[in-house]
Amino acid sequence: MNTTAIVASVLRHPPVIRDFDPSHWSELVRQARAAEMLGQLRATIHAAGMIPEVPARPLHHLEVGWRLSLRHRSAVDWEVRHVRDALGELGLPVILLKGAAYCVAGYRAAEGRVFNDIDFLVPKASLPDVEIRLIRRGWLPATISDYDQRYYRNWSHELPPMDHRSRGTVLDVHHTIVPPVSGILPDPDALIRSASPVDVTGLEMFSVLAPPDMVIHSACHLFLGEFHKGLRDLYDLHVLMTDFGREESFWTGLQARAVATGLALPTLDAMTQAHRVFGTAVPEDVMRGLRAQVGAISVPRVRAWMFDKILRPPHPSCDTRVVRFARWLAFVRSHWLRMPLPLLVYHLGHKALKGDAH
Amino acid sequence: MKVADVSPREFDAQLAGEGVCLDCGPYVVRITSSVREVATGLRFHYADFPLHESRGFVDFAIVVRHTSLLRRFLRPQVNFYCDGKIPFKPVPASQAFPMLEWGLNWVISTHAHDHLVLHGAVLEREGRALILAADPGSGKSTLCAGLVDAGWRLLSDELTLIDLDCGRIRAIARPVSLKNESINVVRDFGAHTQVGEICVGTTKGVVAHMRPPLESVERRGESADPAWIVFPGFTRDGRLSVQRVGKAAAFMELTRHAFNYAPLSESAFEALVRVTDACDIYRIAYGGLDEVVPLLDRMSRSAEPIA
Repeated sequence: MNTTAIVASVLRHPPVIRDFDPSHWSELVRQARAAEMLGQLRATIHAAGMIPEVPARPLHHLEVGWRLSLRHRSAVDWEVRHVRDALGELGLPVILLKGAAYCVAGYRAAEGRVFNDIDFLVPKASLPDVEIRLIRRGWLPATISDYDQRYYRNWSHELPPMDHRSRGTVLDVHHTIVPPVSGILPDPDALIRSASPVDVTGLEMFSVLAPPDMVIHSACHLFLGEFHKGLRDLYDLHVLMTDFGREESFWTGLQARAVATGLALPTLDAMTQAHRVFGTAVPEDVMRGLRAQVGAISVPRVRAWMFDKILRPPHPSCDTRVVRFARWLAFVRSHWLRMPLPLLVYHLGHKALKGDAH
Repeated sequence: MKVADVSPREFDAQLAGEGVCLDCGPYVVRITSSVREVATGLRFHYADFPLHESRGFVDFAIVVRHTSLLRRFLRPQVNFYCDGKIPFKPVPASQAFPMLEWGLNWVISTHAHDHLVLHGAVLEREGRALILAADPGSGKSTLCAGLVDAGWRLLSDELTLIDLDCGRIRAIARPVSLKNESINVVRDFGAHTQVGEICVGTTKGVVAHMRPPLESVERRGESADPAWIVFPGFTRDGRLSVQRVGKAAAFMELTRHAFNYAPLSESAFEALVRVTDACDIYRIAYGGLDEVVPLLDRMSRSAEPIA
């Protein structure tokens, strides 16, 4: 077995564990821990009815990961209620994003997952009100340099992260789903209009994005942004697309929205990579349609090579010179896609001189 | 086969090559390092620990290595890696062994979430455990070493692991970490107490470790039932005083010493209620081991509370 892909291979097809020896189990547990995916592994093996086939020692780690994820879920629920108390009287649409959305909406993507922060989207015009109310409830804008402050306020799609001074939880307040500076301007009002209200007592003021928008947003987050939790984020996409994809209308909706928002490339990346790594069932005609949209922006083979390297657990067993090069390439690419060239040069130059990679 | 059964040359070669697998409380940890201080420290302090099969299950893989080739010769510095993560800043190579010990504590305290992990020493007598919980600088480790010298079995000097299912305390039996003046105090105990190499200039000052006694290492598979909690407070020339602590106050104080109270939440609450319920709890101020060790001895033999 190719050990570099061991976490993905078990998530894709749990019966492979039947051939494992102790060194495979060691590798699996340690990679999954590095990728923060112990809980998802446990959920997947459990769903396949194969928990009795896991030896006691690795099972112990999977159970610890699972218990931690249950605790995270109740913490997210608790925290979201505090956000409700802070923002409720503004009467705004508040759209939960990513992990918090999967969790509150009860999607399978939340199973076994841990959550690092709570992301939500509000209309841009309401940002000052939202920020002041969150500050009053104890979430303080992270202390960051003037440059980073300007980066967030002028060029980004979100406020600087806000840390709760006693509970330590972090909120990311978005006003759109991709940095406006990228030149891609999906209409946030359209996202808000098609969002659906959360069906949980006490959380009725929140909504979650419509399935196609939710997938597109997660795809943007991964393929235009950050890869350090790449495997976890790609697995989220796999689970979302698998579950939403049972409805035929989802795929046509996804294609239409991806084209309309100018986000065909990250959407295509998400479908291609989820299919390659986890075997997600993706309809060929939708892929073809998106490919035609994307045209010659990016060379598919180079992309495939790069993603193959970087969508691995951040663990020494997967870390080679080639992987590090691919990671650097992806870093440059994601910045390239979201910033015009002069700004990119300025931004990377500033970060290089200040020595803090962002 | 134990660490001491392997020749130093063979041990160092294995450590630098495929790594050596050691028991670290609930976990088997594979340590790989070509840093001399790590090799000598492990051979001395872990001499009585069994060497595990490297093809068996390994819970964590740890590497201690020089930060760069240049740094190997010029003011050498080392880093601690746990499965690719670097939890600490690099330290001078002379401090590599203390860093490894802190690193192993970090591994346990951040991952052993099937236990409530308290920052505290724990010792055993006749199946009953004494927990010493205190902030750094209160003399916890020195007292722990003193009790070991008086015949208590060492379960752990830093980390009290309380099993969430059965409430019993697990033994780790790793070296006792000593700081500054306490090193000489412990050395003066006599020939059967073995203190390893001294490191100066660490973030905690001068540090050294006491090798765990053979019996504690051999019996590290035996857990113990919590029976006493002591909040020790050493002051130079302090007078011995014993004060009984209420369960609720002790509970609140112990939450402060718990590493994983927040992630465990309800199960941590239940485990801590169980422990405080089961224990006699004291706050003991003292100025010397010669007073406090006999007092705790008496406590362990008496059916009546000592205050």
